[in-house]
Amino acid sequence: MQTASDFRQRSEEALGNPQIRRNFRFAMDGLMAKRRAGLSDPREREQLRTQCAGIRVNALSKLPELLEQLEGNCTRNGIQVHWAESVDEANNIVLEIMRQHDATRMIKGKSMVSEEMELNHFLEDHDIECLESDLGEYIVQLAGETPSHIIAPAIHKNRHEIAELFRQKFPDIPFEEDPEKLARSAREILREKFYKADVGLSGVNFAVAETGTLCLVENEGNGRMCTTVPPVHIAVTGIEKVVEQLSDIPPLLNLLVRSATGQHISTYFNMISSPRKPGEKDGPQEVHLVLPDNERSRIYEDDELINTLRCIRCGACMNHCPVYGRIGGHAYGSTIPGPIGSVVEPQKIGLDTLGELPTASTLCGACGEVCPVRIPLPDLLNRLRYEGVRNNNDGKVKGQSEQRKGTEAWIWKSWSWLHVQPMLYRLAMRTATRLRSLMPRKLGPWTDVRRPPRIAARTLHELAREKGFDNA
Amino acid sequence: MHNARDNILNRLRRQRPEFPPQDEPASMDEGNETTLQQRIEAFTEKLRSVRAEVHLTTEQDWCHKLQELCRKKELDNLLYGNQGPLAEAMEKHWNSDDSTPRLVTLNETIESWKEPLFNDIAAAVTSVRTGIAQVGTLVLWPTLEEPRTYSLVPPVHFAVLHADKLYNTFAEVVEEEAWQEGMPTNALLISGPSKSADIEQTLSYGVHGPTELVALLVS
Ligand code: SF4
Repeated sequence: MQTASDFRQRSEEALGNPQIRRNFRFAMDGLMAKRRAGLSDPREREQLRTQCAGIRVNALSKLPELLEQLEGNCTRNGIQVHWAESVDEANNIVLEIMRQHDATRMIKGKSMVSEEMELNHFLEDHDIECLESDLGEYIVQLAGETPSHIIAPAIHKNRHEIAELFRQKFPDIPFEEDPEKLARSAREILREKFYKADVGLSGVNFAVAETGTLCLVENEGNGRMCTTVPPVHIAVTGIEKVVEQLSDIPPLLNLLVRSATGQHISTYFNMISSPRKPGEKDGPQEVHLVLPDNERSRIYEDDELINTLRCIRCGACMNHCPVYGRIGGHAYGSTIPGPIGSVVEPQKIGLDTLGELPTASTLCGACGEVCPVRIPLPDLLNRLRYEGVRNNNDGKVKGQSEQRKGTEAWIWKSWSWLHVQPMLYRLAMRTATRLRSLMPRKLGPWTDVRRPPRIAARTLHELAREKGFDNA
Repeated sequence: MHNARDNILNRLRRQRPEFPPQDEPASMDEGNETTLQQRIEAFTEKLRSVRAEVHLTTEQDWCHKLQELCRKKELDNLLYGNQGPLAEAMEKHWNSDDSTPRLVTLNETIESWKEPLFNDIAAAVTSVRTGIAQVGTLVLWPTLEEPRTYSLVPPVHFAVLHADKLYNTFAEVVEEEAWQEGMPTNALLISGPSKSADIEQTLSYGVHGPTELVALLVS
């Protein structure tokens, strides 16, 4: 389990690594420019954001009913639906399905929920080969790492590092540094794996209650491979991913893709409503939908924090975050990094261990401004800061008040007390200005990289009086 | 796991969430009618922008064009659905001409033809249900005759689309074709050959799906 000090240490390491800094800067600048170009008409963009926010809010406001409707329609279509309260339960459901088929080889499409479940480790412990097929995920898996971005998992590596990795892992393949040639090498290696896999696993971008349809957005075709070629397909997705109707999908797809990468549409949009029907010649014979809760229903109970669940995982908030852009994804130590990660992860894992994440923000507001579903991310970050230091345990967030420090609380209490005592306040300010030369030159981490602040020679009240404001 | 289901739903029902009233999206007067010609132009431009080929052709000529493209690309064989909507015209044309590339058809289920599909098939041709002009997209509902893997596994995918089936937006397709009344096993939007930007945000084409997408737009 990660701790707060790990976060500081990892941030420092990332900040001190010029290669990581360059890789992220380059990638973030590119992604921001692409979104700007892809959503260049502000009127259209804002209209779409309002529409998509409305769709997600509507879905959340009817979530239990929509989940039942989704389950009913999926079941009618032949998709088997499984509910899981925790990631453990979800992992065991997947394992059980594998066992029913004597399956030992799984090929995976991109799924952040399976990262949340740490499914790869779990299955490998049960002697099941579990191979990522999304190019970025595959690179990260080869390197024994975790994704550093939800859309571009290997964004922390440049082409030379990836080429080197391929050279180490596949010495027989000619050395290449060209991204397209590297991608072709991965194609060759993974083709056979698609061919042989017993089970394909994927995430889901949107699940449509009205028709029992699972929608997947992707560019590479590995998602289609995983959901089409192996005899069994398992889809895993959080319970919040449901939307009410099919007509909600076009605007969501439109804005998701343009916010994420600036493309006008993804190469593939794959809508799955049933396993292979009698007479059909291909497609999996079984489709399973696993729905882990893992704290989502608790997040759902708070009228402000529920907005966390609107997220459609486009990654725009991290692309635009000045903190993420500098420390990168791994420093967060959570499955999902960046502003949305700092909001969702502490609510899942607890503020006791991840309570520092909401402070990894300058509150500049960029995340909230770009979010396609208008999640008020800065407000939520602030709220979690409060939950972390609140002076009672009456809230609902896991690990609440665990970030509270006695001295800090005392300083702020004194500060607010002083500000409502006019006489004392003036006296204190006068004293501070007169003793300004005694101000220490080192003020904790602040002065490691900055000059210490200087107190003015006279207080504002004094200056105002001099200017003739007699009520100062 | 029935308990999990009930527990989750009960937790979600403990309290109805309250959201502040949401703004209504401003209407975007999207109804600006487009002509067929405009839709063809938009479709072609968008699809070409992602390294797909688009060839404008006619009802009489598309088979000839298809054959010519196969030969130019030096494809040895071409997979098609011999019971599908393209079969009659293709067979007639292939019979009347010399018959390269070899036409291949796969009967039974994937279990019996997975091996040749992955290893031997050079290209596949499928029909297309409709297209979306604004984003350059092919809409496929794979069928018994033209299964899902045809547009996925072979390295080259030829897609035959009738231009009069071009809609302007995806929203229009869903609405006018009333998709909510019955979805197929798999509905697909395909907009270009397979690609990835996972290495340095540099676009690389031909990752896991077809490396080439060739649309024949018939009008
Ligand atoms: S919070 Fe908003 S911007 Fe961030 S990933 Fe989710 S949808 Fe995208």
